[in-house]
Amino acid sequence: MTTRHFQPAIAVTGLRKSFGDHVVLDGIDLTVPQGTVFSLLGANGAGKTTMVKILSTLISADAGDARVAGHDVAGEPDAVRAAIGVTGQFSAVDNLLTGRENLHLMADLHHLARGDGRARATALLERFDLVEAAGKPVSTYSGGMRRRLDLALTLVGSPRVIFLDEPTTGLDPRSRREMWQIVRDLVADGVTIFLTTQYLEEADELADRIAVLDHGRVVAEGTADELTRRIPGGHVRLRFADPQVVDTALRALGEAARDSDALALRVPSDGSLRSLKTLIDRLEDRAIEVAELSVHTPDLDDVFLALTGNPKNEKVTSR
Amino acid sequence: MSTQVQAPANLRFHPVRDSATMLRRNLKRMLRYPSMTLTLVGMPVVFLLLFVYVFGGTLGAGLGGVSGGRAEYVNYVAPAIILMTVTATVQGTAISIAMDMTEGIIARFRTMHIARVSVLTGHVLGSVIQTAFSLTVVTGVALLVGFRPAAGLGAWLATAGFLLAVTFALVWLAVALGQVSKTVESASNVLMPLVLLPFLGSGFVPTDSMPAGLRWFAEYQPFTSIIETLRGLLMDKPLGNNAWIALAWCAVLALGGYLWSKKLFNREYSR
Repeated sequence: MTTRHFQPAIAVTGLRKSFGDHVVLDGIDLTVPQGTVFSLLGANGAGKTTMVKILSTLISADAGDARVAGHDVAGEPDAVRAAIGVTGQFSAVDNLLTGRENLHLMADLHHLARGDGRARATALLERFDLVEAAGKPVSTYSGGMRRRLDLALTLVGSPRVIFLDEPTTGLDPRSRREMWQIVRDLVADGVTIFLTTQYLEEADELADRIAVLDHGRVVAEGTADELTRRIPGGHVRLRFADPQVVDTALRALGEAARDSDALALRVPSDGSLRSLKTLIDRLEDRAIEVAELSVHTPDLDDVFLALTGNPKNEKVTSR
Repeated sequence: MSTQVQAPANLRFHPVRDSATMLRRNLKRMLRYPSMTLTLVGMPVVFLLLFVYVFGGTLGAGLGGVSGGRAEYVNYVAPAIILMTVTATVQGTAISIAMDMTEGIIARFRTMHIARVSVLTGHVLGSVIQTAFSLTVVTGVALLVGFRPAAGLGAWLATAGFLLAVTFALVWLAVALGQVSKTVESASNVLMPLVLLPFLGSGFVPTDSMPAGLRWFAEYQPFTSIIETLRGLLMDKPLGNNAWIALAWCAVLALGGYLWSKKLFNREYSR
């Protein structure tokens, strides 16, 4: 067996794509080592889906070079298709067929022997907790079930590189956690995963490396810790019952800032237990009555605030 | 740890096997959604009953045949209704293609290493089978309401073969038109001319009863030669050049529809 450990699963240089006058990807460079999870983090319209479409051979780039599983996306799309699996933002399942029939369809298209295909379908139904629903048409499935089936279909062909385009968008928290566990299990099997998401938390949970995409450019890249350290915005929000107390608290806490709500203050904090205890002790000492306390951790808004200077920076950059 | 990414040894395509898989998919979808097939059979049946029982007496008298009236007209109109069965079914093809294109599964097929044309051939083969079913039902109803063809076994077989060619050609056209349509509604509209063309030909009344301009169009449009061929085969009348003209039209439509469909399917994915 030839081992090519040094060859990245995905290697992209200078990738550009425009739709008409609208520049969607403006020179992207990134490398994803084999067996890792890479997350492309960005808001709606940042270019995440376009990136996945190019890497999965659905559309072609205007310029630049993209190699997936060692093959040029533009020059050898067939070889790329044979190595990848894609689960998109919108479910790619046949709604009129049952879950099991969908899996059999994929097994047939991957030319698995009949017995092997059946066995694989059954194994995947069990793994994705779809055994009970296996005989029902997919149109009756819930969002979470549909997404699980979608990923199961992707896995029938045992792809080495999997693209997950916003796999948990629109899912309830429980289904989201289930999906996360599935992704972790896949990585344990040695698969490379390219994940797009608009949730910092999701990237944080799953990804080895994260690239923040903003208006077609990678504005930051690193591990979750590296990025979070660069992102201020964590704070404690205190709400008071009385405007006078707000002034007292403001004097007492020093570094606090007024919130848009006249009865609330924002105190910068990393959200750790120690810093919360210090804060609460200070409030107790001065007998300041707090009506409500909430801890605010950095989210995607904060990432953009920190990395681009403006959450909606198209308004300030001139064309 | 086996994390190396390798090109699979076998990158060969299996168009026949993939087409068979896609055909199974489409047949299952048809069975799962039978109201579509029933609607598609229902339309020609309703037209048959309408034309035989409502208009048939009067229209038949105008044909000037020996028996005259309704009995004469059933035999005249049946080939047109049979053709209409084909056009109604391919309208269904365009609708299912348009429906399919709006669904994510097609995007999945596009990212898979499969013979791409099988997505289309699966639809084509499925529609041909569906049309065969519809034609059997409609012909059965026509026989029940008094259609008395003069065809022997050979002529029936020739009719079946000819209808297969016509269906194949129109289905490929419908596959292209279904892909052009942005919505399911427009897919059903874009096929409307096909459903109406038998009326503007020799399908329901002889063309020599029409005004000059319309008559010229009616005599040269493809459906007239197709209907005249069906009529010739079923009623044992001389075919003249009609069969060759009809088959030439079928070849042109099938080839054009196939090439256009393929081009449309391979164009950049944009939905």
